[in-house]
Amino acid sequence: MSTRVYDCLKLIAEKIIENKDFLTDLDREIGDADHGVNMARGFQAVIEKVDPEDADIGNALKKTGMTLLSTVGGASGPLYGTAYMEAAKVFAGKTEVSGDDFKAAMEAAIAGIQKRGHAEKGEKTMLDALMPATDVLSEKLAGGASLADALTDACVAANEGIEFTKTIAATKGRASYLGDRSIGHQDPGATSLTMTLETIRDFLKA
Amino acid sequence: MKKLINGVDNIVDEMLEGMVAAYPQYIKRLDGFDVVVRAGGSKGKVALVSGGGSGHEPAHGGYVGKGMLDGAIAGAVFTSPTPDQVYEAIKAADGGKGVLLVIKNYTGDVMNFEMAADMARDEGIEVDQVITADDVAVENSTWTTGRRGIAGTIFVHKIAGACAEAGGSLADVKRVAEKVIANVRSMGMAVDACTVPAAGKPSFDLAEDEIEIGIGIHGEPGVNREKIGTVNEIADKLLNKIFAEGIYNSGDEVAVMVNGMGGTPLMELFVANKHVKEVLDGKGIKIHKTLVGNYMTSLDMEGFSITLLKVDDELKKLLDAPADTPAFVQV
Repeated sequence: MSTRVYDCLKLIAEKIIENKDFLTDLDREIGDADHGVNMARGFQAVIEKVDPEDADIGNALKKTGMTLLSTVGGASGPLYGTAYMEAAKVFAGKTEVSGDDFKAAMEAAIAGIQKRGHAEKGEKTMLDALMPATDVLSEKLAGGASLADALTDACVAANEGIEFTKTIAATKGRASYLGDRSIGHQDPGATSLTMTLETIRDFLKA
Repeated sequence: MKKLINGVDNIVDEMLEGMVAAYPQYIKRLDGFDVVVRAGGSKGKVALVSGGGSGHEPAHGGYVGKGMLDGAIAGAVFTSPTPDQVYEAIKAADGGKGVLLVIKNYTGDVMNFEMAADMARDEGIEVDQVITADDVAVENSTWTTGRRGIAGTIFVHKIAGACAEAGGSLADVKRVAEKVIANVRSMGMAVDACTVPAAGKPSFDLAEDEIEIGIGIHGEPGVNREKIGTVNEIADKLLNKIFAEGIYNSGDEVAVMVNGMGGTPLMELFVANKHVKEVLDGKGIKIHKTLVGNYMTSLDMEGFSITLLKVDDELKKLLDAPADTPAFVQV
């Protein structure tokens, strides 16, 4: 019998693997056509490496981060790896997810990504989905919403973030080489990040 | 997609096995890692370690050997290697005098190499780094990731490698590497895109009469697309952008590299080089040495890049020093 955190990670992995070609196609438009391939390779390893029976969410997320770091490569490896490892610290020793912890984990992930990638909001990166999603989540939680409901609204914000990335030119990552030619294309990292949040939303609602 | 492969998942592994099988006198593979180091080790000298995504062969494994690199890491195709791989390369290459990482300026490469450097420093290994960023196609401003490192990186391998081989300290080796980086500029173009095996289709589509100017080495589109002209016209465009840097002036001496992207006939590279020489002669710039060939490729991309390196006596001496590696032999 596998733990809830493992089941959720497995669903995220399946979602990413299922969208391998889609994410790679997005990256072909403005990058180097490997985002889906690399993320799928990483999450395949996550399914194999994370202990399905360890209920410690911190352990599971840490293992996920370390696995992504050593299997994904590119920029996504360090960025997603760091995000999961920072989130892991919030959940160290915990077997349940509270709204406050989830919010703290998202904030820790943002801080980690920013430290590693030196990016800000509005540079056409995963942060353009993650940051507005976290803002909305905080706001809804503060208003008394359940985590599942707050995350539902956060996913709407993340999707709006994806739409926003279509309107701006990249100033970080490989897409920045294109200058204004990157306008009109959605950011693959913001897309995979939103898929992750949506999978957690569906998992919490089920 | 038509490729000479057995499957997309094992390409890098099979390539490294084949490379080591061909050149056991130069290189060996680290067990369990996508890393090659000098067959005889690098004891007692500063070690140079470079690497990046695969698909740029002979870079970087082909430059491991006497007078150039001590270790090279091969990531997945066009994907930066992971920190654990780079860390193993640093540890294996370290000969006790410190390690200089030669990193091409890409977001992923810089992040992964820096994480590995941190890990190695925790182990007490002295590690420093230089970042190559020779591609003038990309504007260098605070609003971009900065210029890409492309074919000019090979001059860093050669010159810093010669300095390390001659007994230079880590600080010396870093200084000459940075001198090369300050004086080297490149620009590339493609007449046709490359196909990443795992993606299965070309990384961008060009019409029969179109070319992409300012191409990188990862199948990323260039900075503008235009109708094809003669190779002289195309070379002029690349050179003009390089000259606009203001580094190369009448009376200067340069080393030239006309680099094939992997799918370009050498015949065409030599035709391009003929014009490069004429243009440099016309400007009163003296050519010290010319390299024509596939030094930093982009899989099967059809196209080329031009690199100029301004040289002084120190750089000339190091550039002319012997090197003995799978892909670069100079007596």
